[in-house]
Amino acid sequence: MGMTAKKGIAGELRENWQLYVLALPLAVWLILYAYKPLIGLVIAFQKFSPFKGIAGSPFVGLDNFQRLMAGPSAYMFWRALKNTVQISLYGLAFGFPIPIILAILFNEAREGVFRKGVQTVSYLPNLISEVTIASIVLAMLQLNGLANVAIEGLLGVFGVDYKRISWMSEPAFFQGIYVLTGIWKNAGFDSIVFFAALVGISPTLYEAARIDGASRIQRIRYVSIPGIMPTIIIMLIIRVGNVLNVGFERVLLMYNPTIYSTADVLGTFTFRLGSSGFIDYGLSTASSMFNSLVGFALVIVTNRIARKASETSLW
Amino acid sequence: MVMPRIFPARKGSLDREGALFDIGVKAALLAWGLVTAYPIWYVIVSSLSSGSAVDIGAVWWKPIGLNLDSYRHVLAKSQFWVSYGNTFFYTIAGTAYSLMISTTAAYALSRRAFRARKVLNLALSFTLWFQAGFIPLYLNFRSLGVINSRWGIVVSFGVQAFNIILMRNYFESLPKELDEAAKIDGANEFRVFTDVYLPLSKPAMTTIAIYYAISRWNGFFWSMVLLKRADLIPIQVYLQQMIIQEQISLENASLVGGETFSFATLKYALIVCSIIPVIVGYPFVQRYFQRGITVGGVKE
Repeated sequence: MGMTAKKGIAGELRENWQLYVLALPLAVWLILYAYKPLIGLVIAFQKFSPFKGIAGSPFVGLDNFQRLMAGPSAYMFWRALKNTVQISLYGLAFGFPIPIILAILFNEAREGVFRKGVQTVSYLPNLISEVTIASIVLAMLQLNGLANVAIEGLLGVFGVDYKRISWMSEPAFFQGIYVLTGIWKNAGFDSIVFFAALVGISPTLYEAARIDGASRIQRIRYVSIPGIMPTIIIMLIIRVGNVLNVGFERVLLMYNPTIYSTADVLGTFTFRLGSSGFIDYGLSTASSMFNSLVGFALVIVTNRIARKASETSLW
Repeated sequence: MVMPRIFPARKGSLDREGALFDIGVKAALLAWGLVTAYPIWYVIVSSLSSGSAVDIGAVWWKPIGLNLDSYRHVLAKSQFWVSYGNTFFYTIAGTAYSLMISTTAAYALSRRAFRARKVLNLALSFTLWFQAGFIPLYLNFRSLGVINSRWGIVVSFGVQAFNIILMRNYFESLPKELDEAAKIDGANEFRVFTDVYLPLSKPAMTTIAIYYAISRWNGFFWSMVLLKRADLIPIQVYLQQMIIQEQISLENASLVGGETFSFATLKYALIVCSIIPVIVGYPFVQRYFQRGITVGGVKE
């Protein structure tokens, strides 16, 4: 195929029209479902009325953001932001190391039925829907659910009285429950990528360390962990970049008004503003736009930092 | 041939340390496996137990007062079957549609000669990092007629950028000699795609098909928001109405009271019914979704 250095759009279309046909459905989908909705972001700057639509609603400048962050109910926004960041950081502190430890354990265990079995079991929860998970958690945490009965029985052995706890109406417990549920769902699955990296480490490195007299723990410390450091850094970037994207579906399914003080996150807050009670389109859009913009900026910044600090980056 | 050992096996402390270490690793993994499996196991045995045994907390490891009454009541509801059927429809039609749109696009995106490649790649990746938000998306769905529309749901949620990128990476990894040979034989891009690339891509296609199918099976939020008619809702929305919103207790208030089942066992039975296809299918699909993570990985 003789390629001329310069060819016009017509030439490109003539030559590659079949590729354009193949890409067309995706292009149409992206325009309709990913890019056309971006027009709706102007609602954040409008006093939007669904009857007048975007074209007919008056612009109000930054009024919605002003109300969101400094209005009479601004405390709800700041509370949701605080809860979002808090839940993410707890998830990072506890949920991030566990898959790495798990992958190292898998790597240390001999290949065989036992290892395969534990891997199989630990990946499974990832496939279970958020609704099912929330259903199980709520059922187990009821007054006469498994958690209370188990604690009661355990303390009963020591003759200690136990007053059953209404877990889901105590603000103090929600974030812990949410993070633990997330670890149960994701830790096994998240370990796959680290495990794959560990398997890729050359066996000669382990052999050399062994000959030098390194113990198993030392081999983990000086061979395994440095070997998967690039993977750890990439996954960390993704996590930090997603600090504002708490999986709000599970929050929505598990929380209730008595625990909004610790459970309400930006996603659920935005959803309530736009769907129930006194619907405020402008406020809801301002809130989600804040979430998207700051989240997007975080991804870019964390990636920059990682690229400077090491050779590893997402793009 | 047996290689002579150059280094004699070490005796003494290192060996003992190694053995202890192995036990420690196994114990930790066993504990993790049990902790992970227990909630699911508990739900299953409770669903098969008598309501009174579950309610007083007597059920731990095996069913007590084994009976199927909870299932009988759950399966007797016609709405259960309607929702189940809907989920099958959304999963099958949705996955087929997603595969079509994703493989064709991934093929085009993998061709160096395709000039629109850069723009389209960027446009696709951007959707991973930036979303329009609830209200703009909702109004867009409404204007496109997705509310209370079966096919609307199928079409609207058919693209996941990650899966297309995974497929594209796979196509790019295939040797270029293949299509050069086909081109010399006079095959056009359509032919190269359908006759050369697709037959070689079954593992990758299976992987993304599984990802798409799982996300359809589990899809909840937008189905709840967009489907307001009972005859259209998928099983996840039904599950949420029955268990999270406690309708199961209202609907069965007059029935519960006997020994064989309680609100709790009804909930557990319904949960089991909703995850059976996932648990049954899981062993077959496991190696594929593992592969997706390691092949598609995190690279752009």
